[in-house]
Amino acid sequence: MIEIQNVRKSFGDLEVLKGIDLTVQRGEVVTVIGGSGSGKSTLLTCINGLEPIDSGRITIDGTEVHAKSTNLNKLRRKVGIVFQQWNAFPHLTVMENVTLAPRKVLGMAKAEAEAIAEKQLRHVGLGDKLTTYPSRLSGGQQQRMAIARALAMSPDYMLFDEVTSALDPQLVGEVLETLKMLAEEGMTMICVTHEMGFARDVSKRVAFFHQGIMAEIGAPDQLFGDPQHPETQKFLANVR
Amino acid sequence: MAARITRAAFLLFPKGRITQMFDYTFQWKQALNRLPQMLDGAMVTMEIAILSMGLGILLAILLTVMRLSGSRPLMAFATTWVEIARNTPALFQIYMAHFGVASFGIHFSPFVSLLIGITFNNAGYLTENFRGALKAIPDTQGRAGRSLGLTQLQAFRHIIMPQMLRISFLPMTNQMVWAILMTSLGVTVGMNSDLYGVTQDLNALTFRTFELFALAGVIFYLITKAITFGGRLIAARLFRY
Amino acid sequence: MFDTALSANDLVFLAKGAGITILVTAISVVIGTLLGILFGVIRVQLGPVLAAPLTFFLDIFRSVPLLIQLVLGNAFVGMVLQLQISGFTVACIVLSLYTSAYCAEIVRGGIDAVPEITRRAARSLGLTWGQDMRYIVLPLATRVALPSWIGLALGVMKDSALVYVVQVTELLKSTQILITRLQEPLFLLLICGAFYFIISFPLARFGGYLEKRWSND
Repeated sequence: MIEIQNVRKSFGDLEVLKGIDLTVQRGEVVTVIGGSGSGKSTLLTCINGLEPIDSGRITIDGTEVHAKSTNLNKLRRKVGIVFQQWNAFPHLTVMENVTLAPRKVLGMAKAEAEAIAEKQLRHVGLGDKLTTYPSRLSGGQQQRMAIARALAMSPDYMLFDEVTSALDPQLVGEVLETLKMLAEEGMTMICVTHEMGFARDVSKRVAFFHQGIMAEIGAPDQLFGDPQHPETQKFLANVR
Repeated sequence: MAARITRAAFLLFPKGRITQMFDYTFQWKQALNRLPQMLDGAMVTMEIAILSMGLGILLAILLTVMRLSGSRPLMAFATTWVEIARNTPALFQIYMAHFGVASFGIHFSPFVSLLIGITFNNAGYLTENFRGALKAIPDTQGRAGRSLGLTQLQAFRHIIMPQMLRISFLPMTNQMVWAILMTSLGVTVGMNSDLYGVTQDLNALTFRTFELFALAGVIFYLITKAITFGGRLIAARLFRY
Repeated sequence: MFDTALSANDLVFLAKGAGITILVTAISVVIGTLLGILFGVIRVQLGPVLAAPLTFFLDIFRSVPLLIQLVLGNAFVGMVLQLQISGFTVACIVLSLYTSAYCAEIVRGGIDAVPEITRRAARSLGLTWGQDMRYIVLPLATRVALPSWIGLALGVMKDSALVYVVQVTELLKSTQILITRLQEPLFLLLICGAFYFIISFPLARFGGYLEKRWSND
């Protein structure tokens, strides 16, 4: 369970998160929508501990992310994150990209890590690209590799930060299919996205962020069908 | 004056054999007879350059880590090293490694002094090259590594450093050329087994200054070209990704 | 801190050495830069094939130790041509050619950095070759070349420490003479090193600043 309680976060003068409360249960898929600068991506990097927070607390299965005593490297094994920019490691093959963390962080033997990597890469449809360098892959393929890379750590939670935003339109579908597959398998996921169709089909709950505040959260049917908050109505009117 | 001009004109348009230039007779054979000794010297020159490059790269990686560490004393140490290496003559650095440390009762052999001097210089310039290379690697690379649970050092070691070394590969071959050229400075601290030192000793024996040093120059030229060319070949393989 | 035998006369001696260092550097950088611009422009205008002999000639200065260039220059002038030319002049000639070889590379890089499409645009507006060079290429190329050129000038100053080999007593040689006499190597070397550093460091920083500022545009 991920519990977010009254989290505030500023970059200099700019307050990007103004007291966020959100609880995500195991097996739940929550998507976060909202305009740019609404703070939704920042929330994900805070959950992963990549960004410190100013106040409030985030706990993952009871462990407080930003407590001094928390071993973040250990915690991050539980929480995979995939970014908008897929950040393939260009000097490593697809296989090496995926096996790096299992070997160095979990201390797995090469053969074991490769077996897991191969399984995950097949899972996302890259079983035939194992020895290829990322520069030879399309953006969609690189993003799927990044997903496999995170999955190879066998995380309990996955965070997806606008993973289709940097892709050419024709490549968006293959990545969304991969996410859908994960959701159906019961992975706990928080997805920040601009893909409303995806949010509607896959998520259990949809949260709408506006200027650092979670303006509204609810089941997709309710939020898309009968939005309560005026900003949600405005936003949805514009994206349709 | 007129005599000088005719002499110069004669130089430009020699009528006779090229080996004869007025009062001076080139004796290339004398120099060529010494070629085996000079090639032995060239081996020592390469040895120093390779050692100083290997050590220089290791030190430069260490200095780069210090610069990234966020610890003020370590950053200051690395910066001081880099700035002294880049802002004083290499010859000064070699003098320091030989005469300077003698003030503390430390006496290095010419070989060791030269090696320390060139290594110090290499490490400084390479650290600066690495800094440039790091700028070309997006911050998100380290971040992606960290998000997978790698420690900061692991992310540097496995993700940042390999890319940094590849990006700075061509500057590194340039530095290798500099290292070769810098070995010639060893003569100032009494080095006489490297290519320049051997040539200087032969010159004292035979006084065929021009021929001997021209031959040494040709050997240096061939070595540096081999490094540049070899570097490009290796780079073409390394940059396949 | 230091109990030294260094006298006022010795300091004057060092200062003279420093003066020689600066003089040799200044002369070589000025002549070398003018030659370098000439060689650089010629290389671009001729193209790689026609300019090959010039490229090869200049490359020698970058591939052979400066010490050997100086010894050869001196031997050629003195033993082969048998001219009575001072070591100072030989040092300036060799260092100027040495500088020009690096400078030509910088100039070529600067001109190459101006996109062909920009130049074509200039010419399409009716600018002549000279006007294109003067108003388009030169200002843009300078931005690329100036930081490197500052680095080159500082490099020549540091490399001028080698002209001792043709009997020119510049700063480092003066220092060495005093070391032999006073037997205070560390102290004297630190003075000498500080001199180079004080000139080189701020200028190098300035070059870095220019590079940073201009690369942000």
